Amino acid sequence: MVESKHQWKAWLYLSPAIVLLLIFTVWPIINTLRMAFLEGYSTMGAVGGITYNFGIGNFKQVLQYKDFISCLTNTMLLCVLTVPLSTILALLIAVCLNAIKPLQRFLQTVFFLPYVTNSIAIGMVFAAMFNMVGSAFGGENEIIITAGIINNVIEFFGGERVNWINSGSSYLANITVMVIYIVWNALPFKILILLGGLQSINKQYYDAAKVDGTSRVRVFTKITVPLLSPMLAYVVITGFIGGFKEYSSIVGIFGDDMGPTGDPRRLNTMVGFIYDSLANHQGRASAAALILFCIIFVVTMINLYVSKKKTHY
Amino acid sequence: MKVELQNLTKIFPSRNKKSNEEVVAVNDFTLQIPDGKLVGLLGPSGCGKSTTLYMISGLQKPSGGKIFFGEDDVTELTAENRGVGLVFQNYALYPHLTVKQNILFPLQNLKGEYKLSKQQMLDRAYEAARLVQIDELMDRKPSELSGGQQQRVAIARALVKMPKVLLLDEPLSNLDARLRLQTREEIRRIQKETGITTIFVTHDQEEAMSISDMIVVMKLGVVQQVGKPQDVYDDPTNLFVAKFLGTPPINVFEGRVENGTVYIGDDAVMQVSGVEDQLVTVAIRPEGFIPEDNGPLCCNLVSLEVMGRDVSVVSKHAAAVSPIIRSIINSDAKIDTSAECVRYSLKPNKIFLFGKEDEKRIYFEVK
Repeated sequence: MVESKHQWKAWLYLSPAIVLLLIFTVWPIINTLRMAFLEGYSTMGAVGGITYNFGIGNFKQVLQYKDFISCLTNTMLLCVLTVPLSTILALLIAVCLNAIKPLQRFLQTVFFLPYVTNSIAIGMVFAAMFNMVGSAFGGENEIIITAGIINNVIEFFGGERVNWINSGSSYLANITVMVIYIVWNALPFKILILLGGLQSINKQYYDAAKVDGTSRVRVFTKITVPLLSPMLAYVVITGFIGGFKEYSSIVGIFGDDMGPTGDPRRLNTMVGFIYDSLANHQGRASAAALILFCIIFVVTMINLYVSKKKTHY
Repeated sequence: MKVELQNLTKIFPSRNKKSNEEVVAVNDFTLQIPDGKLVGLLGPSGCGKSTTLYMISGLQKPSGGKIFFGEDDVTELTAENRGVGLVFQNYALYPHLTVKQNILFPLQNLKGEYKLSKQQMLDRAYEAARLVQIDELMDRKPSELSGGQQQRVAIARALVKMPKVLLLDEPLSNLDARLRLQTREEIRRIQKETGITTIFVTHDQEEAMSISDMIVVMKLGVVQQVGKPQDVYDDPTNLFVAKFLGTPPINVFEGRVENGTVYIGDDAVMQVSGVEDQLVTVAIRPEGFIPEDNGPLCCNLVSLEVMGRDVSVVSKHAAAVSPIIRSIINSDAKIDTSAECVRYSLKPNKIFLFGKEDEKRIYFEVK
């Protein structure tokens, strides 16, 4: 325990961090709570001298919004599809990477590249890859359709072009593209964590298993996965949290219309909904943010509960 | 199962690309281990004893030589096909499995005609657990066990599949002194009860001597001597073996042989025949000293350490290689602590002569 006459020093040294935290973290949280419970709150109105009633009007409004339900569905769908898929893929890649000796460093770098690349930039590249309708070149009646590399590959193998993301594309096609993009983007971090976990597993467990004639499948399911479970739990939990905050990936591919041309907002997410509301309806945005927080909280609690039972630390 | 090693060699390639220094971990190791014996591989760290063990287990491939189990050449067989049980130095118990699951693990791997029913597996697991006396801990996790208990679980896991050969890597090194004594008896008992040919690795000569039927002393990848513990102790082939075995360690002196007389410094300690005149290293076991008023060897007394049954006399001698020499004498003997020097006569069978250069044993006859 610090002597009381020296305590002011401790506070002094802590003050820069505390002040910044108060201004940029604590106050916004309190303010979000306040705005969420002031019915119909908007900053402009508040500056203009309007006083707002305290109540749960904002929440009612958010829940009744048609857009909100579709945002929630999109977010949930993407989460449920991408988190397990990316975790399983990352686990397989990490195990394979760990098993090879030559080029391991090089491949590790390759797999890590998406992590250090801007997600909007990646999104634009993905959009180009999945694109189908290019611009019309040539004469008046001659429309040349240029297709992205994905459709070219599909055609090469005798398939038919798919309208992935352009005007008139199906919701299923849109979601497919988003899942591929998000999984690909989520892989590096997960591979890194899992590879680190794998490399910290004592090699003697594998030697012991080998002497006992354990099959590869059994080594993987009975030794590797259980010993990796703390890392797996971490990756899944952070994956869900990241998934619920999905936004920039969709902007990357579909632009800030959050949907294919002609059907804006089709792929809007929770965070997208909050951004949209932020311009004029800060109260509604705050309420939506709180709802999102509650969902993430509950899902994380479930995750922790499940992983506590299944995880060996 | 009889185990035979023929010219077994292991060479590790150099890690550094620039220098081409290879490390010869085990060099031309030939040994026959009769069925049902407990054999200790003994040597200082880095002498290749663990590498030898891992080659027998199949986890490491020999660079040359052959390994036979009985009449079968197993050199090319992988670890899982050799039917060995291996206990690792730090046990390598699966931390997420209970004791029972750990012991069952090797049995659940069995396939085809060897596959056992659930009940058979449980019976075998409990049988192995009872043998090492841990059948009351079956539902614990390894982290809830003491070091000694973990050790037993590891042995049970190695025994449960009824291996042809049981291999133990430094089985006692992670245990405290008291547990070590107890566990080594335990290993001896288990080995006797099961009759499985057992090879264990240790750097502790006392441990190896106390329980082995046969010890193999190694140095820098080369076998120095093989034999029954008492025989190796009483009849070392070279200075290294003599120095390595025995606590307190053997006392080493610079000496010479002149006209059939062995001199330590200026003290003529013994008359021998059959040895040419030469400089020699004289090594005397601590129990080879007899205090005698007109004994030939004169040592300057440093201190007496009373241990009850025996007295350990710490003294100095100008010709001694080590700073002090230590002799164990009966506590009935009277030592005059005020005298300038303690005089000893020596037991001839506790004295060994070694060549000054090659450190090989020089045999002599006492006159």
